[in-house]
Amino acid sequence: MWKTILRRVVIMIPQIVILSLLVFILAKFMPGDPFTGSITPQTDASQLHALKVQAGLYDPWYTQYVHWVVNMFHGDFGTSYQFKEPVMAVIGGRAVNTLWLSLFTVILTYLIAIPLGLLAGRYEDTNLDRGIMFFNYVTYAIPLFVFLVLGLWLFGYVLGWFPSGGSISLSANGFFGNALSRLYHMILPGVLTALLSTTSTVQYLRSEIVDQKHQDMVATARAKGVPERKVFSRHILRNSLLPIAAFMGYSITGLLGGSVFVEQIFVYPGMGQLFLNSISNRDFSVITALVMIYGILALFGTLLSDIIMSIVDPRIRIK
Amino acid sequence: MGEELLTIDHLHTAFKHGTEYYDAVDDVSLKIHKDEILAIVGESGCGKTTLAKSIIGLHDLKRTKISGHIGFENEELVGASPAKFDKLRGSEMGMIFQDPLAALNPLMRVEDQVREVLDYHTNYSAEKKHKIVLELLDQVGLENPERVARQFPHELSGGMRQRIIIAIAIACKPELIIADEPTTALDVTIQAQILDLLRTIQTQNHAGIILITHDLGVVADTADEVVVMYAGQVVERGSVSQIFNHPLHPYTRSLLKSIPQADHPGDRLYAIEGSVPPLTKMPHDGCRFAPRIPWVPESAHEKKPTMHEPEEGHYVLCTCYQSFKFENGEAV
Amino acid sequence: MSLVEIKDLKVHYPIRSGFFNRIHDYVYAVDGVNFEIEPGQTYGLIGETGSGKTTIGRSIIGLEKITSGQILFNGKDVSTKRERKAVHYNRDVQMIFQDSLSSLNPKKRIYDIIAEPLRNFEKLSDTEEKHRVRELLDTVGLGDDDLFKYPFEFSGGQRQRIGVARAISTNPKLVIADEPVSALDLSVQAQVLNYMQEIQKQFNISYLFISHDLGVVRHMCDSMAIMHRGRFVELGTRDDIYNHPQHIYTKRLLAAIPDINVDQREVHRKHRKEVEKVFDTEQSRYYDKNGRVLPLQQISETHSVALPEDQVKGE
Repeated sequence: MWKTILRRVVIMIPQIVILSLLVFILAKFMPGDPFTGSITPQTDASQLHALKVQAGLYDPWYTQYVHWVVNMFHGDFGTSYQFKEPVMAVIGGRAVNTLWLSLFTVILTYLIAIPLGLLAGRYEDTNLDRGIMFFNYVTYAIPLFVFLVLGLWLFGYVLGWFPSGGSISLSANGFFGNALSRLYHMILPGVLTALLSTTSTVQYLRSEIVDQKHQDMVATARAKGVPERKVFSRHILRNSLLPIAAFMGYSITGLLGGSVFVEQIFVYPGMGQLFLNSISNRDFSVITALVMIYGILALFGTLLSDIIMSIVDPRIRIK
Repeated sequence: MGEELLTIDHLHTAFKHGTEYYDAVDDVSLKIHKDEILAIVGESGCGKTTLAKSIIGLHDLKRTKISGHIGFENEELVGASPAKFDKLRGSEMGMIFQDPLAALNPLMRVEDQVREVLDYHTNYSAEKKHKIVLELLDQVGLENPERVARQFPHELSGGMRQRIIIAIAIACKPELIIADEPTTALDVTIQAQILDLLRTIQTQNHAGIILITHDLGVVADTADEVVVMYAGQVVERGSVSQIFNHPLHPYTRSLLKSIPQADHPGDRLYAIEGSVPPLTKMPHDGCRFAPRIPWVPESAHEKKPTMHEPEEGHYVLCTCYQSFKFENGEAV
Repeated sequence: MSLVEIKDLKVHYPIRSGFFNRIHDYVYAVDGVNFEIEPGQTYGLIGETGSGKTTIGRSIIGLEKITSGQILFNGKDVSTKRERKAVHYNRDVQMIFQDSLSSLNPKKRIYDIIAEPLRNFEKLSDTEEKHRVRELLDTVGLGDDDLFKYPFEFSGGQRQRIGVARAISTNPKLVIADEPVSALDLSVQAQVLNYMQEIQKQFNISYLFISHDLGVVRHMCDSMAIMHRGRFVELGTRDDIYNHPQHIYTKRLLAAIPDINVDQREVHRKHRKEVEKVFDTEQSRYYDKNGRVLPLQQISETHSVALPEDQVKGE
């Protein structure tokens, strides 16, 4: 199994190289350079030119590319024009915020979606099923940003139960204080996003279960005298969760990218907000770094999904 | 012939289509004894699988209406509670399915799937169950039971999988085994082995076996008694030699005639005209086979067909068998 | 001259594994077979699951890349795509599949399904096309009211007849029928086989009839080959195979067919057990040490068997 995982990682190398080339070309087409951010009316043009030569900006593109890649490996993505800080430092703190919020959201999404899907599938064509399906259509129909704004207005301003922005309170101290404050800030954005992210999982799980119920395998279980409840938990459930498990890898890394909407509306200092901000402020060095990170995350998502699949399904052989 | 094991009287199994119920099994009566292999034969859509599922209680009762009488060991199975069926299935009744790959859980090891039957019907210790599982795998002719027990279904061949299904079905030595097209998905050489195995089990366990198949060769080779079904009804039943040597009902005779013959290769085959009407368009009165033998005059059929017993133990539906001849004038 | 000639056909699939995914072995799906199909003849290919019979059919029509060997059509090599195009091979060779439902496009009407090959290969006017489609449906016993129905509106037997009509629409010289009646009921099977035979007489088509059902092959085919593990174990006429089988595997297959004669079933069963026993004890003589079927030995003008050499001389 380790061999296969290792091979998959090795195969990812050329994919990442192609990705980095694309991102590099993109970055070269963008206006500005690493010094644009530090230009002031007092900057001497000849001094700037010397700095650019020193930074290798007049080198042939492949030298620049190699240089860029080498720097990237050292965690150096250049300097943000906007914050006048190294890009990694800008992203670093926000990545942690996003990580917490997305983990919280993913866990919550599955905690809501899996029981709903199971109930709807098991009690197919009953009022319970119809109720869940109605909920599902509603969550599918509401645009996320409308829902978030409404939630923020109601729970943040009108009722004032939750903070309306930020990721942690300035007054929080101590390990537990910090953790509690973080959690408190995550509840509203997390719950609201999770509620609207359940649609596909509920729908998928329900139809998987309805489908599994009519499999011969389930008839065999019944013919063995396995009681209905056990038929469900031992045979239908596990088989129906397979595709959900397979999708989990993508959704975890997908959410790590950060939701642009939720972070923007809740002024939550994460990667999504940063991405949006950088675009509106034309902070190209940050954008380049983020695109690169999202790309790598997507690649790892596929790998993660494959690994999860091979663990839960014995038919997928990994030697 | 052993004692009576299962009696079915005037059984109707109806499925819901839209708001109406339609009989997929229409007034079926039959008996099966211990030490007997009863074959139910007919073409697809004739109701043979529906009948089997009615016996073992595998229909979704929200969409199915069952009426009539199924007596099994002094118990009435029509309308029996799910709990009663859970107790009977696996211990008193075993079922073998057509597609051995689909019938096994792909995520469970063979041992767990066989042991599950014992889990719900015995109080044996874990070691004893393990021992019994290995014995069962050995009994159904699998070499190296220890190894097979640890494997997953996808690691086995079609024949091996069907042997595991059989091991599951016989784990608690049930009185009645229902085999629904057990060899249709298998190669002929494997088919022969599986049929041998079923016969061996029947003699060892003194079980009654209901063998559902569309393959007349399998019936002739394996069955003691035969029930021929057409369009949800039993049109003929009798011993295997009665059915194959003196078939009476025009449907049975037509089926036998449409088998490619060894001594007349290449000749035009006999094909039955028309097709079986769909469930929702099934006529309620008259002989259901009449439209497929249009040259037989209407007067030859009964208005409301009944069962006749022209020789002992040999039953046939409708009177049309008496005057039936093929279009070219041949009798058989 | 024969219509189709297969010369030493091999189709091997690589098995890859290890860190660099290197090929470390092959599946010998088809491993050196030779046969010929005459015009207007039905040639049978018999074998169990995994014997390679379907792969041969698919290689002949060009759905499978062949590893080595030659396929000659009217004496011309048609092993590659370009060669096939040059001789209108795709028009002259058609296929009937086992699963009639999945091989017909569910979103197309019967008229378009049957007309499609005509549109690809023949330039017909609208009226000519309509006339031709009607004619074809009529040949397989379907009427004008069926023209604009969809595949799901038909029974399995009717769909398979539509498959036959589609296959013969371009007046092919060879039709490859891969288990054409395996999914059908007995009475429906008879209809489809009858239509196939009538069409053969009418249009002088050759069939390659691939099946695991020995009864059906005996009915349909004049010549045939028995396949095992990617190779032929025996080939000959109907009489050679069914009445004078020589290879132990052929004997075993024949003995395994259930006998319709109820009175003889004990005798038949005993015979089968004996053959099975002989097969178990003697099969090593009929295969080389890698389990490969031995080379064919010609024992009469029409009959070849993969026998051990000592046995050929001994007879």
